[in-house]
Amino acid sequence: MREVAIVGIGQTKHSGHRDDTFQDLVRETTKLVLEDAETTIDKIDAVVFSMAPDALIGTVHAERWIADTMGAQGKPCMRVNTGGVSGLSAVQTAFYHIASGLFDTVLVIGADRVGEAGDAQTILNRIWDPIYERALPLNTITMLAMSAIRFMEKYGATEEHMALVSVKSHNNAMLNPRAHIRKPVTVEDVLKSRMIAYPIKLLDSCPKSSGGCALILAAKDKVKSFPNKPAWIRGIGHSSETYWMGDRVGRKLDSEHGDHADSIALTRAAWQAYKAAGITNPRKEIDVAELYAPFSNIELHAVQDVGLCDYGEAHRLLEKGYFDIGGEMPVNPSGGVLCANPIAATAMIRVAEAAQQVTGRAGEHQVEKAKRALATGIGGDHQFFGAVVVEAD
Amino acid sequence: MSDFKTMTEKWDLTYQHALGETAGRFFEAIANEKKLLGKKCPKCSRVLVPPRSYCDRCFEDTADWVEVGREGTVQTFTVVFQAFKGLPEPPYCIAYVLLDGADTAILNYIRNVDWTPDNVPQQIKAGDRVKVVFAENREGKITDFWFEKIG
Repeated sequence: MREVAIVGIGQTKHSGHRDDTFQDLVRETTKLVLEDAETTIDKIDAVVFSMAPDALIGTVHAERWIADTMGAQGKPCMRVNTGGVSGLSAVQTAFYHIASGLFDTVLVIGADRVGEAGDAQTILNRIWDPIYERALPLNTITMLAMSAIRFMEKYGATEEHMALVSVKSHNNAMLNPRAHIRKPVTVEDVLKSRMIAYPIKLLDSCPKSSGGCALILAAKDKVKSFPNKPAWIRGIGHSSETYWMGDRVGRKLDSEHGDHADSIALTRAAWQAYKAAGITNPRKEIDVAELYAPFSNIELHAVQDVGLCDYGEAHRLLEKGYFDIGGEMPVNPSGGVLCANPIAATAMIRVAEAAQQVTGRAGEHQVEKAKRALATGIGGDHQFFGAVVVEAD
Repeated sequence: MSDFKTMTEKWDLTYQHALGETAGRFFEAIANEKKLLGKKCPKCSRVLVPPRSYCDRCFEDTADWVEVGREGTVQTFTVVFQAFKGLPEPPYCIAYVLLDGADTAILNYIRNVDWTPDNVPQQIKAGDRVKVVFAENREGKITDFWFEKIG
């Protein structure tokens, strides 16, 4: 299996509504990554596109609408959809293209315009089973609020801890010129913000963002023809849980099948990635993590599930600044999903940010001496999970 | 006249989803018998509520129908205070409830509680007991019943 590196990174400034079209957005993102890698579209062998629900963009098979704007014409092109983790699954797909020996250089790109359809949650409600669950107001916020309830009871975390995650994320976003939301908040601001679905409040929640992200991946023997320091993809993992949230509570929850407070599939995905990367002690061997967390409480379970701290310790360590940029284990130095969530691109942004960190290109939110980073993604009804470990020399 | 910046489009789709034998029986039992049924996996013995034709853990077809209780324990919940287009007028509570005899929890509303953002922890917690209440006029849908607090 060939070694694969990220040799180009492109990311738009994420924002609310944009006046240009989805095609323009994808084209801008493609140009950014080609510029970054100092290359042209004809040097790309294949294109992988990340896109989660079509309904957010309002075009069925949106990948076809924009195929020309990402240089897919004349090339093999594939869309990946694993819900919110699509962006990271797309990177993994591009990795497989190259590692297999079948392609040398692959462009992987995702873009979204959440908010174009008005209420994104009206669309996301359609994830749930039409027969038993859809008539009930399930959406990603209620789903993750229910995870928060179980998490808080299981580990003793509180709404104040959720607020601390939000404060850290917003402070970090002030150092990330591409973040959508760049406004510091205090614990009091978060606790006083509008209650959406108990215990999740407005300032515990991700924004509805528009934006794009793209990477160029290359095989080892092609890496020298690109100007940037390569970020090597050393490990990838992917796992899923049961679709049925009612199975993640109740009885007969064994170590195989997990609890809605946590995510056993995220743990599996992370350890697949660690194993491939030769990591046995992630707390010592990972320098920084970009963990997918669209609501503040999710970051707390994620950091435990990927083994960066003990179960029950996340909220205590958070209080001590352990996960700050200057802390022992910086988590989401970019501001994370809480400060930018253009859904189809979001999990790819985690990989892009991880790659920037290990190659010293993270600008003001750079974690000093970061050499190895973990990126994760979550999709569907907390069902699909992916992890990537990147490393630079 | 267009503002020359945006355009509006609406999707109006109606689906006729097949229920399948298992869900069909489940809803019929609710509508006609006021009974809640689960289905048992022959391998792991889990009683799945709502019932499925297969057990996803064992990858086995389920066989036996099991009647479960009309009371249960709240596993997790949330109370929604924000209006979303096409979803109900808040506030409302949805909860996963483990009915007596079931191994998996079923989702529905917990009704007849006055919710405010500040009183949620006083009004409901995981572990609380609730009972099933059936609608007078049942249509064979998940909304034919809901939960109410006991005591």
